[in-house]
Amino acid sequence: MTINETQDELISDFELFDDWESKYEFIIDLGKQFPPLEEQYKTEDNIIKGCQSRVWLNAYMDGGLLKFEADSDAIIVRGLVSMLVKVLSGHTPEEIAKADVYFMEKVGLHQHLAQTRSNGLAAMLKQMKAYGFAYQAKSVNA
Amino acid sequence: MSHNLDIASIRNDFPILNEVVNGKQLVYFDNAATTQKPRLVLDALAGYYEHYNANIHRGIHHLAEKATSAFELSRKRLQAFLNAAHSEEIIFTYGTTDGINLVASSYGRKFLKEGDEVIISTMEHHSNIVPWQMLCEEKGCILKVIPINDEGELLMDEYEKLLTERTKFVSVVHVSNALGTINPIKEIIAKAHAVGAKVLIDGAQASSHIEIDVQDLDCDFYSLSLHKIYGPTGMGILYGKRDLLNEMPPYRGGGEMIKEVTFAKTTYNELPYKFEAGTPNIADVVAAKFALDYVDALGKPNIATYENELLAYATEAVKEIEGLRIIGQAKEKVSVLSFVIDGIHHQDIGVLLDQQGIAVRTGHHCTQPLMNRFNITGTSRASFAVYNTTEEIDKLIQGLHKVKRMLG
Ligand SMILES: Cc1ncc(COP(=O)(O)O)c(C=O)c1O
Repeated sequence: MTINETQDELISDFELFDDWESKYEFIIDLGKQFPPLEEQYKTEDNIIKGCQSRVWLNAYMDGGLLKFEADSDAIIVRGLVSMLVKVLSGHTPEEIAKADVYFMEKVGLHQHLAQTRSNGLAAMLKQMKAYGFAYQAKSVNA
Repeated sequence: MSHNLDIASIRNDFPILNEVVNGKQLVYFDNAATTQKPRLVLDALAGYYEHYNANIHRGIHHLAEKATSAFELSRKRLQAFLNAAHSEEIIFTYGTTDGINLVASSYGRKFLKEGDEVIISTMEHHSNIVPWQMLCEEKGCILKVIPINDEGELLMDEYEKLLTERTKFVSVVHVSNALGTINPIKEIIAKAHAVGAKVLIDGAQASSHIEIDVQDLDCDFYSLSLHKIYGPTGMGILYGKRDLLNEMPPYRGGGEMIKEVTFAKTTYNELPYKFEAGTPNIADVVAAKFALDYVDALGKPNIATYENELLAYATEAVKEIEGLRIIGQAKEKVSVLSFVIDGIHHQDIGVLLDQQGIAVRTGHHCTQPLMNRFNITGTSRASFAVYNTTEEIDKLIQGLHKVKRMLG
């Protein structure tokens, strides 16, 4: 699936919910099901500095594709993080660098990407794209 | 004690309380971060800009005179609010943080030397930690910290042990923003003075709940923010004893703070202008007076009595939430209820309460060392003001039940 196909799939998942509770229950479930990041990757380097909850992001290349693993100590952020990983992980660095992440806005979760949330989610998205740029540059130089 | 407040009519004074958030009527429990503003203050702000906006102390035209007298009237009003002996002891600042920085920078740099000691406490806001760390780093002073007990009260015996002839400055919070603890500052001040140290009180949280008499307290400095006393954002005051302020060098250079400028030498203006460089926040200073009029019309003792009822009600009500633990159980408290719930991250609580239209603060409340003391990364905090009600607290309790159900 392309990045946008995954985003569109998420958007249609959310169309099923007609109130905030079912929407957040879904996110909480995603958070619960998302595999935890192995302790060895929960390093200072991998931490995305946010004011309230901690978010860790680990990135690695696998057969030309950039892959992400992540975690958070807050469950809702974990659910949101899992969606970002689902959307972006396993694509080429170039695709990730270029990606337009629109699903959060479409499903009415854009406030979680807002500055005030200070939960590191916006910073995480930025970091994911930065990895895309960095690995893209590497492969161009190689 | 009982209050004679008509809460329904007070609520009508605050237009923002009618806001609808996520489809629900707003329940605003983030008053320790900032209080909402009564109509009176909003009208004063608009009135200033509509009728007499002008730069102050400079022009001789009508508007400038009107703005200047309103500005100086606010200074007098603040003098009365704190019972300061002289109006020039009231320095307008951007807020509590700014006032603390002024003292650390101006008094601290002039009077503190290598090896001198500064005492703060475990429950300080970062605003009352960082300026002293910066000073200590620059001057080679030593920062000492008064410990607290598990209830969130200062250990006064330990404080006494820290006091020596090397202690040159004590800077402590009157009321903790994260715990609600009211500290025995009169005693703290007297003990510091006994060893010859000067004292600053961070009054950010106290000033909306407690009557403050700087002469009775005998503090050397008292810093506060008007936005926490139903007043505008971006302004506060630093109270300082006149003799001390006179001895202190200016903090910022610019217009207003000078007497005469030549390229060879500048002579400084007198108090309070020496510390008020540049065009001040005139509109907000002018409106501040109306916030204080509002508070005094209700009467701080009435406000405190009512808020304490809310706190007692909430403290009892949260007992039904399983796994909830109150952080901050001091005997003397203002209406701040900080808590953690086993197994639930505070941010999840904040997000899910927000969905229900309930605004609480979650996080470390800019008191990370205090959070470390309790081995937590943050709390959820409901802080009550005079316009809150027990019905709203009931909504919080229902909201928390829902949070637990959803995350369970
Ligand atoms: C105890 C305490 N000190 C200082 C401050 C800083 O106040 P301001 O941000 O208005 O300068 C606050 C505000 O949160 C506070 O609660």
